[in-house]
Amino acid sequence: MSLRFEAALARGAFRLDVAFTAPSGLTALFGPSGSGKTTVIDCLAGLARPDRGRIVVDGRTLLDTQGGIAIPVHRRRIGVVFQEARLLPHLSVRQNLDYGRRFFARGDAESPGLGFDDVVGLLGIGHLLDRRPAGLSGGEGQRVAIGRALLSRPRLLLMDEPLAALDAARKAEILPLIERLRDAAGLPIVYVSHAVSEVARLADTLVVLEAGRVAAAGPAETLLRSGELGPEHAAQGGSRLDMVVAGHDSASGLTRLSGAVGTLSVPRLDRAVGTAVRLLVPARDVLVAIEIPVGLSARNVLAGTVRDLAPLGDGAVRVTLACGGVALAARLTQASVRDLALTPGRPVFAVVKSVAFDPQGIGTGGSTAPVEI
Amino acid sequence: MDIPGLALGLTPDEWTAIALSLRVAAVATVASLGPGLAVAWLLARKRFPGRSLLDGLVHLPLILPPVVTGYLLLLAFGRRGTFGAALAEIGIVLSFRWTGAALACAVMGFPLMVRAMRLSIEAVDRRVEQAAATLGASPWAVFRTVTLPLALPGVLAGAVLAFAKAMGEFGATITFVSNIPGETQTLPSAIYSLTQVPGGEAGALRLTLVSVALSMAALLASELLARRLARRLGAG
Repeated sequence: MSLRFEAALARGAFRLDVAFTAPSGLTALFGPSGSGKTTVIDCLAGLARPDRGRIVVDGRTLLDTQGGIAIPVHRRRIGVVFQEARLLPHLSVRQNLDYGRRFFARGDAESPGLGFDDVVGLLGIGHLLDRRPAGLSGGEGQRVAIGRALLSRPRLLLMDEPLAALDAARKAEILPLIERLRDAAGLPIVYVSHAVSEVARLADTLVVLEAGRVAAAGPAETLLRSGELGPEHAAQGGSRLDMVVAGHDSASGLTRLSGAVGTLSVPRLDRAVGTAVRLLVPARDVLVAIEIPVGLSARNVLAGTVRDLAPLGDGAVRVTLACGGVALAARLTQASVRDLALTPGRPVFAVVKSVAFDPQGIGTGGSTAPVEI
Repeated sequence: MDIPGLALGLTPDEWTAIALSLRVAAVATVASLGPGLAVAWLLARKRFPGRSLLDGLVHLPLILPPVVTGYLLLLAFGRRGTFGAALAEIGIVLSFRWTGAALACAVMGFPLMVRAMRLSIEAVDRRVEQAAATLGASPWAVFRTVTLPLALPGVLAGAVLAFAKAMGEFGATITFVSNIPGETQTLPSAIYSLTQVPGGEAGALRLTLVSVALSMAALLASELLARRLARRLGAG
C-alpha cells in the first residue's frame, strides 16, 4: 500500500494546501485543532472535494482534478471511523455491522479480509449484537463503528480522532485494538490525533499539519526524536523505545525493562515478564555526562556515544546519542554542550530522568504524562 | 355494534359521495407520495439553480385562492387545455371526471405534504448519511436505507395531512371538475349542494358528522403509527 495525497482548497478564511506520501502501516495526521486534519480525511473519503488535487491509494487514482477523475464516496472502498460513532439509529448493532455487506460487488465477499466472527471477536462486541445504538455507551458505540468499517472490506481505514469523545478508561480499551488492526490485519490506517501519546504509541509515519500546511512529514520515530511536532508540542518530543519487561523486583517495587538501548528501571508495571512495551523518553528529561556519574538520585544511566548535534534556535541544542545502536535524543543548552565539549563520536553517559508509557502501560491506567524514574 | 351510517340514516347518494371522496383522497395521496418525496428531498438536501422557484411553485396552492388554482387546472388540463388536449389523445381525460378531482386534491394537498416531509428529511443527521456512503451506499441506497426510514414519521404525517386536505378540498375541485353526483361530487361538494336545496339541512348535518369522524380517524391513525415508529427507532 502506498498513499499519495495532494490537495488544495479554500473554504472561507481557511486554506488547505497539503501534499504527502505514506508507505503502508499507520500514518498519523498530527496537529492542533483547525490545522486541517479532518479536511484531509474528508478529501480522502470523498466527503469534501478539493479545488485542486490528486489522491492515489495503492495505485488506484481516487481523485485527479486535472484528469477529471473523482470517484464518489461509495465507490472508494475507504472505511471511516469518525469522532462520534455515527451508527444507523434505526438498525441493531448486528445490522449496523452488516450494513456494508449489501453493497459488495460480486466477488468482494470472497476477497480476503476479516469475517464477521473475527471482527466481533477482535472487538469484543458479541454481547451487543441485538442491541440498538441508542442503548450503547460511547466506548461500545465506537467499537461497533470500527467493526462496521472493517466489515465493509476497506482498502484503507481512516480514523478521525476516534478516541476524542472517550474517557481515559475507554481509550485504554480501544488503543490495543487499533494496534492489533495495524499489526495483525495489515490494514493501512490514516489516524488523526492531537495527542503526542497516541501518535508515539501508534504511528509508523507522521504528518504534522500546521494551519493547513504540512510542517513536517516522515517516519514517526525520527520526527518524535527531533521534536518536529509543531511549536505547541516541540518540547514533548523524545525517543521512542521498544522494550521488553525483563523482570519485577518486589523489594524495591521496580520493574526492569530491557532493550537494545540497555536496561531501564521503572516504577512497577503490571505486565507479565516478556511483554513488549513501547515508551517515549522525552528529550528534555535526558541528561548527558562525560564521566560515569556518581552520587546521583537518578538510577538509569546508559552508555553511548554522541552521534550528532543540532541547534534548536532557542538557545537549546538537540544532542542525538547512539546507545547500543538505538538513537536517544537529549535537549541541552548551548552552554552545556560547550562546557562538556560534546562532539560527534565522543563517548558519554545518558541519564534518563523520566519515561512516558502508552496510556495503558501504567497499571492504574490513564496517565500519559512522563513518569520520573 | 352500531354501524354509524345506519344510525345516521345516510341516503344512497350520500354514501356515493363518501365513497367517492375516500377514493379521490386515497388516489390523490398515493399518487403524490413519489413526487412529494422527490421534491421534499431536493429542497431539503440539494442546492441548485431554480430551487427558490420550485419552492415557490410548490407552495403556491397554499396561498392562491382555491378557485384560481382550479381555474388554472382547467386551463391546463381541460379538454382544450395545454396538457389536456395531449392527454385526451392518449385517452386520459381529467376535466369533469373523478380523476380530475383527484388531481385537484393532489395539487392542493401537495404543499402540506412536501412541507412535512421536507422538515423530517432535514432532521435526519447528514453525518449518519455520510457514514452510510463510506460503507458503500450509493446516494439512492442512502436515501432508501437511511434517510427514508429515519424520516418515516414525518413522511407519514405529510401523507395524512394531504389525505385530510383532499377529503375537505372544495374550491379547486368544484371549479375544475364541477359538482356531478356520482362522478365529481365529493363530500364537501355534496354538503354544499345539500345546503342549497330546501330540506337539505338534515343531509348536510349527517355528512358533516361523517366528515368530522373521518378526519379524526385519519389523525388518530397517523398518531398511532408515528408512536410505533418512534418506539422502533428508540432504545431497544
